[in-house]
Amino acid sequence: MLNKFEKNLYYAMLRIRMVEERIAELYSEQEMRCPVHLSIGQEAVAVGVCEHLQKNDIVMSAHRAHAHYLAKGGDLKAMLAELYGKSTGCAKGKGGSMHLIDLENGFFAAVPIVGSTIPIAVGVAWAFKMKKSTNIVTVFLGDGATEEGVFFESLDFASLKNVPILFVCENNFYSVYSNLKVRQAPQRKISVLAESHGIKTFTGDGNDVQQVSKMTREAIKFIKNMNKPVFIELETFRWLEHCGPNGDDELGYREVGELEKWIKKCPIESYKNTIIEKSIVTETEITQMIENISSEINDSFNFAKESVFPKLELLNQHIYKD
Amino acid sequence: MREIKYSEAILEATDFSLENDPSVLVVGLGVPDPKGIFGTTSGLQEKYGEHRVMDMPLSENGMTGIITGVSLNGFRPILTHQRVEFALLSIEQIVNQAAKWFYMNAGQQNVPIVIRLIIGRGWGQGPQHAQSLESWFAHIPGLKVVMPSNSYDAKGLLISSVEDDNPVIFLEHRWLHNTFDNVPSEGYRVPIGEARLARKGSDVTIVSHSYMVLESLRCADVLAEHGISVEVVDLRSIRPLDSKTVLNSVSKTKRLVVADNGWMHFGVSSEIISIVTENIFDKLICAPVRIGMNDSPSPSTRALANHYYPRAKNIAEVISKMLDKTVDLNILFPKTDIPLDVPDPSFRGPF
Repeated sequence: MLNKFEKNLYYAMLRIRMVEERIAELYSEQEMRCPVHLSIGQEAVAVGVCEHLQKNDIVMSAHRAHAHYLAKGGDLKAMLAELYGKSTGCAKGKGGSMHLIDLENGFFAAVPIVGSTIPIAVGVAWAFKMKKSTNIVTVFLGDGATEEGVFFESLDFASLKNVPILFVCENNFYSVYSNLKVRQAPQRKISVLAESHGIKTFTGDGNDVQQVSKMTREAIKFIKNMNKPVFIELETFRWLEHCGPNGDDELGYREVGELEKWIKKCPIESYKNTIIEKSIVTETEITQMIENISSEINDSFNFAKESVFPKLELLNQHIYKD
Repeated sequence: MREIKYSEAILEATDFSLENDPSVLVVGLGVPDPKGIFGTTSGLQEKYGEHRVMDMPLSENGMTGIITGVSLNGFRPILTHQRVEFALLSIEQIVNQAAKWFYMNAGQQNVPIVIRLIIGRGWGQGPQHAQSLESWFAHIPGLKVVMPSNSYDAKGLLISSVEDDNPVIFLEHRWLHNTFDNVPSEGYRVPIGEARLARKGSDVTIVSHSYMVLESLRCADVLAEHGISVEVVDLRSIRPLDSKTVLNSVSKTKRLVVADNGWMHFGVSSEIISIVTENIFDKLICAPVRIGMNDSPSPSTRALANHYYPRAKNIAEVISKMLDKTVDLNILFPKTDIPLDVPDPSFRGPF
């Protein structure tokens, strides 16, 4: 297929957006009874990075993990069933939205304690190195995670042992309601923290999927050729509330007009305009994409809703491995 | 059979594990240094190379995450800290991540790691080098907690811990490192979750663990000379806990004293007494009694520390009162010149 890569970038972002919108829409039914941290507005980072990863490359993430999971090829039905707490969920309902897993597709884990998957991802990558595997690990983290001690400990070790890992920092400027300005020294960039550990860094616009994609291609080349870690910082923005299905701009914790500015920079809309201008895709094809995705989403929600809850025996299973 | 020190038993178990399974790694601050973690890792880097036996940055939380990650991808790491307290920096990774991992992914990925921690005592260790925090770890479903009291169990339990598919907290006691026991030179396993009947008796059961087993045995020796027959149960594993052996013993003696290695409140002794009273309350002929560390941080000066750590004499006092026997403890435990802030040289073993 002509321009397959570009079309995939668009399709994958659109699919994540539509999944998240449907979750937001159905959340009030109170059947998805777990906290959800939706990725709307941040799709380009997940897609631009994951489109360059092999199936056996590993991805790890944090609380806002849906986009990363889906971009890495995570099973949509299993993810939604997990949100519904069903036995067909990717963790049989034990984890919920904040503990997605799809080993088949190289999505190892996501956890809500900020920064905590970073060292674990470094360990997984270190194992690849010791096993002389060519696979790499990508760990997604937010700006908040770069304030955790374990972030610095992980950078030090990754650099010390030349571990094949790609750190992707999605800087969306807010941790819950707290602006970066009240949390980090304004004169110091996040990427400098990685640089100061001797780690190659890239910075860029996280709403520009082409830029993210190009940067990731270079980063992976560097990791594989130089056998060293890379750190990417990408600026992006969360459209909805920190946790939950709604907007929360009316609370006034963000500057007036800040959200509107970022919505104008919608990663999906802007990329759509680019690929239409370049005749990579037609409006008809896009309509078809929307239909396909809608139908997949309908099927997947039906699957999740119709699946059964886990049996009581599961409560005491998997505490220890025999 | 040879007699070797507890520290040598740890070394032999680690050596056996490295030899036996190429996926085993040893990581810890000072592991390859000239002192080799009190001799427990000496010579291993020379034998197995720096890719398998290695030093580490002073990043306890990060390194706990890193060994968790490496264990998800084919390795079986042993992480060592020279005192329990350093592991407190890594409670997040131990409790939220390693302990929960297998459960939260519904059995798809397990975390086979061992974390070796050493409990200090005496010699001015002070508030942050002498805490026995087994109950912290044992409180968490998903962790296993083992506490060998002698060389034989140390070797066998460490091998079992490395081969276990779950995160295991392996608590050593600094005052046990130089005690001796009969230990086979080949590898062998002591199963996790089985207590040991350290001494048979009929009047009272002392349940104890780690270093306090030695004080309990000393107490039992002395009281035997005065016609009191003491049974000693060495728990060996705190989680899973072998309540069956405890219940069998107390059913027989009908009296229970718990000699806790740590603080009593919310601790191992609380748990043992709960299990006994919940299950065999009717068998008891008197209320159980526990002794443990004084309910304060541990002071450094020996003038205060001598009243902080319980000893055989304190256990004997409790038992004589329980049995309503008048014994002169000063005769049973005559004053000696041995200072109380260093290990008693007569505690040599084997036990």
